Amino acid sequence: MATIKLQVNRQAQTLECASTTLLVEALRDHLRLTGTHVGCDTSQCGACTVHVDGKSVKSCTMLAVEADGAEIMTIEGLASGGELHPMQAAFREHHGLQCGFCTPGMIMSATDLCKRVPDPSEHEVRHWLEGNLCRCTGYHNIVKAVRAGAAGMRGGK
Amino acid sequence: MTTHEGIGAAVKRKEDRRFLLGKGNYVDDMVLPNQTYAVFVRSMYAHAKLKGVDTAAAKAAPGVVGVFTGDDIAADGLGGLPCGWLIKSKDGSNMIEPPHPALAQGKVRHVGDPIAMVIATSKAAAKAAAGLVAVDYDALPAIGVVADAVKPGAALVHDEAAGNLCFDWHIGDLAATDAAIAKAAHVVELDLTNNRLAPNAIEPRAAIGVYDLAADHHTLYTTSQNPHVIRLLMGAFTLHVPEHKLRVVAPDVGGGFGSKIFHYAEELMVTWAARKVDRPVKWTADRSEAFLSDAHGRDHISHATMAFDAGGKIVGLKVRTLANLGAYLSTFGSSVPTYLYATLLSGPYDMPVIYAEVQAAFTNTVPVDAYRGAGRPEAAYLLERIMDKAARQMGIDRIELRRRNLIQPEQFPYQTAVALQYDIGNYQATLELALQQIDYAGYDKRKAASAAKGKLRGFGISTYIEACGIAPSAIAGALGARAGLYEAANVRVNPTGSVTIFTGTHSHGQGHETTFAQIVADKLGVSVDNVDVVHGDTDRILFGMGTYGSRSAAVGGSALIKALDKVIDKGKKIAAHLLEASAGDIEFKDGNYRVIGTDKVKAFGEIAFTAYVPHNYPIETLEPGLEESAYYDPKNFTFPGGCHLVEVEVDPETGVPEVVEVAIADDVGTIINPMIVDGQAHGGLAQGIGQALYEEVRYDAEGQLTNGSFMDYCMPRAADLPNFKVGNHVTACTHNPTGVKGVGECGAIGVPPAVINAIIDALIPLGVTDLSMPATPEKIWRAIQAAKAAPRAAKKGA
Repeated sequence: MATIKLQVNRQAQTLECASTTLLVEALRDHLRLTGTHVGCDTSQCGACTVHVDGKSVKSCTMLAVEADGAEIMTIEGLASGGELHPMQAAFREHHGLQCGFCTPGMIMSATDLCKRVPDPSEHEVRHWLEGNLCRCTGYHNIVKAVRAGAAGMRGGK
Repeated sequence: MTTHEGIGAAVKRKEDRRFLLGKGNYVDDMVLPNQTYAVFVRSMYAHAKLKGVDTAAAKAAPGVVGVFTGDDIAADGLGGLPCGWLIKSKDGSNMIEPPHPALAQGKVRHVGDPIAMVIATSKAAAKAAAGLVAVDYDALPAIGVVADAVKPGAALVHDEAAGNLCFDWHIGDLAATDAAIAKAAHVVELDLTNNRLAPNAIEPRAAIGVYDLAADHHTLYTTSQNPHVIRLLMGAFTLHVPEHKLRVVAPDVGGGFGSKIFHYAEELMVTWAARKVDRPVKWTADRSEAFLSDAHGRDHISHATMAFDAGGKIVGLKVRTLANLGAYLSTFGSSVPTYLYATLLSGPYDMPVIYAEVQAAFTNTVPVDAYRGAGRPEAAYLLERIMDKAARQMGIDRIELRRRNLIQPEQFPYQTAVALQYDIGNYQATLELALQQIDYAGYDKRKAASAAKGKLRGFGISTYIEACGIAPSAIAGALGARAGLYEAANVRVNPTGSVTIFTGTHSHGQGHETTFAQIVADKLGVSVDNVDVVHGDTDRILFGMGTYGSRSAAVGGSALIKALDKVIDKGKKIAAHLLEASAGDIEFKDGNYRVIGTDKVKAFGEIAFTAYVPHNYPIETLEPGLEESAYYDPKNFTFPGGCHLVEVEVDPETGVPEVVEVAIADDVGTIINPMIVDGQAHGGLAQGIGQALYEEVRYDAEGQLTNGSFMDYCMPRAADLPNFKVGNHVTACTHNPTGVKGVGECGAIGVPPAVINAIIDALIPLGVTDLSMPATPEKIWRAIQAAKAAPRAAKKGA
C-alpha cells in the first residue's frame, strides 16, 4: 500500500491505495467521483479522461501513485456553484450528448483542446477527439458543441 | 398551447444536467453496503467438453466468499436462458431450442461461454481467484463462420440440431415468384454478405444482485433497455421467483443499441448468488469481456434474384439467406433474420411477388441478436445493392429505376407480398428532398473537382423502409412472439399541478425525459419543467415492454396520450362541478377548462388542487385524486422510410475511401423534438457508416475471436465521419395517436448500401463492380488491382 496526496477538484486528498491502483480506480472507488467512466480496457475510449496538472490524461493509463502530488480535475470539478462550465453548457445547447456515458471524457478532453487552441477548426476538433469514442451522437453535435464551447471559454462565459 | 415546449419544439434536454455534471447514476457507479464482486471464468475454447472444473484453490483464496459452477445452478434448478420468439420451419416443425444454461454444463460452445463465477470481497481478489479455477477441457472441432455450419459433415454445435440448423423458414409465394422470374425481361443476381457487428455501447454491461433475507425479496440493478421484460423472464423461466419478490432496476444506462434488451447469464447469476452468499454481488464487464458476451448483430450470407419487365419495373424477388444465430438462441435471436428481415424485402417498392427462405444456423460464436435496425438493415442492404446492380445491367439511371418502382402515394395502404401493410408514406418526397439536400445538380462539378485532386468520386443512393413501433400483440403472437408488445403509462398529477409520469419504456440516450415531458406539456399546458419522467424500475412503474425497435414514442407515447386523455376527461367533470355546467359543455385548451363560448374558466392547476382538496367536489359520483393509467397496443407496425445519399472520394493509389457528403431525408412521422430526432439520425448514420467502412467482428475457422478489443475492432472516430445533412418530410402515422413512426434506427438501416453503392460507383471506371462490407482500404485496393488484372472482356458485364 502507498500513501499519496492529491489535489482533486481543488480539495486536498490523502489516499491509501495499492501500488497497482489506477488513477481512475482511485477516483471512482476511493473518492467516489463516479463521473469519470470506464468504457474499455485498452485506453481507446477516453471515457476516463481527466485533467492532471491541467492536461487531459486518460486516467486508466496512469497509476494513482504516479499522480502523487498532482492537481487533478474531474468532470465534477468543472462547474462552479452549480453553474455549468461553458463547455458543459455548449454540450447541452447543441445536443452533444445522448446516453451521457462518454460525455465527461469528451468534455475534459475538449476543455484541454480549447486551452491550447482557443478557436479550433472543425478539422482540429475531429482530430483532437481521436482518443474519445462516442457511440450515440455520430460526433456531429459534439463537434458543434466543442466549437461553441471554445467560443464560450474565449468569452470568459 | 405551450408550443414553445410542446410537440415539435427543440426543447433542450432535461436529463443533460446530471450527465454534464458527472452525476449520472450508472450501474457501475453504485456501491451497496457489504457489496461483493463477481468475476466469470470463461471458456478459452470455441467448443469443448468440460471434463472437470476444479474450484478448490479458488475457494481457498483470500477474500473469496463463493465459487459456483454449472453443477451448482443445476442443483438449484435454475432455468436456462429462454428465447422469446418461436419460429416454425417450412415443414411446420418448431425451431430447435437447445438448452442455454447460465453457466456451462457438460460442454462449452463459444469462446467466452461462462463456466464459473467467483465472488470475493474485492474485484482484485475475485480476479486473482478466478485465475485459480482449473478447467479441464477436451477440445472439439468448432464452427467459426456460418458458411461452414451447413457444410456436409460439419461438427455439431448442439447434438439435437442436425446440420446445425435451428430452423429452415420461408415466407412468400415460391411458385408465383419462380414464374415471374422465368418470364421476366431482365434477371439480376447478387451474392452478398452482411458483416457481423459488435454493438459496443460505450458503457459495458453491469449488474448487481441484492437479496433481502427478511423479506425473501430479490433486487437486480442492471444495464437493461427493458427491466420489466427481464423481470418477466427471470420470474417465469430462469430464477423462478414470483414477480412481487423481484425488483429490476435499470438506472442510467450508457447506450444499448439492442444489446441491452436481452436476458443475459450474468444478471441471473448475480441475483441468484446474492442469496447464496447473503451479500450484494456486483459484476461489471470489461470491454474484452463485452466482446465475448454481448450479443452481436447481423452476420448473413444471401443470394438474391430480382426480375424486371422490359420497362424496368420489378416483377419478382427471390432471396435465400443463411443467418448466423451464434452458439445459443438469444432472447430475440430467432425473430431478427425472419420477421424483422424478410417481411421488409418489399422495401419501398411495388413488388407483385416475393419469396424468401432463411436457414438459421448455430455456430461456435457469441449469440447473435438485435442490433440497431435488427433485420431491416440486412433487407435494405440487399435491396439497394441489387437495385444498383440492376440499373447498371439494364442501362437505366439508378435514380430513375427507383422512381419507376417506388410505391406511389395513392397506393397506401399498401399490402406487400411479405405480410406487412404499409399505412402511409411518400417516398417520392423524401427522394426529391434528399437530392436537393445534397445538391445533386452540382454533382458533376464536384466529381470533376475530385478528379482534379486525383480522387475518384462516387455517388450512392439508398431508398429504404423499416417497420417500427413494435408491435400489435395479436399479430406478433400469431407469428410466434411469446410476449405482448404493448406499452404502459401512468400519469400522476400532483396537488399543486406538477406532473409525474411513469413509462414502461426506457431511455438510455433517446431523451425520453424530455420528449415525454413535451407530450405532457402539449396536452396539459404545463411547463416541461413541471413534468418529471420516471422509467427503469419495476417497483415504480406499472408495467412495460421497454425500448427497442424505435418503439418508445410510437407505442409508449401513445400509452401516455391515452392516460393524459383520461386525466383531461376527469378534469372536465371537476371543472363542470366548479363552473356549474355540464361536462359536455366544457372544453380543455391551452391548460384551461372553459365553458364553451363563455369566459368561465378554471386553470388546470386549480382543477388538480381541487381533486386533492375536494371540499367543493362531486364526491358522490367522482373519486378524489388525479391519476390515470393506460395501456396501448398498437394497431399496426409503423413504417418510417426515406432516402440516404452519400458521396465518397476514393484514392485509386491507396484504396482509401472518404465519405465526403451524407445527405438524408427521412419520414419518421410526427416529430416531437427535432433536435433529438436529428441526433438519433446522426448516431444511426455513424453506426451505418461504421458497418460499411470500418466494423466487422472476425472469427477464425476454429471459432477464436480475432478482434475482440477496441485495439482491434475499428470503431468510427470523430475524424472518420463527415457532417450530416438531415432533412425530414413528415407523413404522420395513421393509426396511433402520436403520429410518430420512429427514428432510432433509420440511419443504421438506410446508409450502409448508399456508402457501398457510392464506392462501387467511384470504381466502375476501373472495372470494379462488387465490394463487401466493411470496405476497408485494403479490400478496395485489392479490388482495384484485381480489376486491372482482369481481361477487358470481363469488365463489360458490369
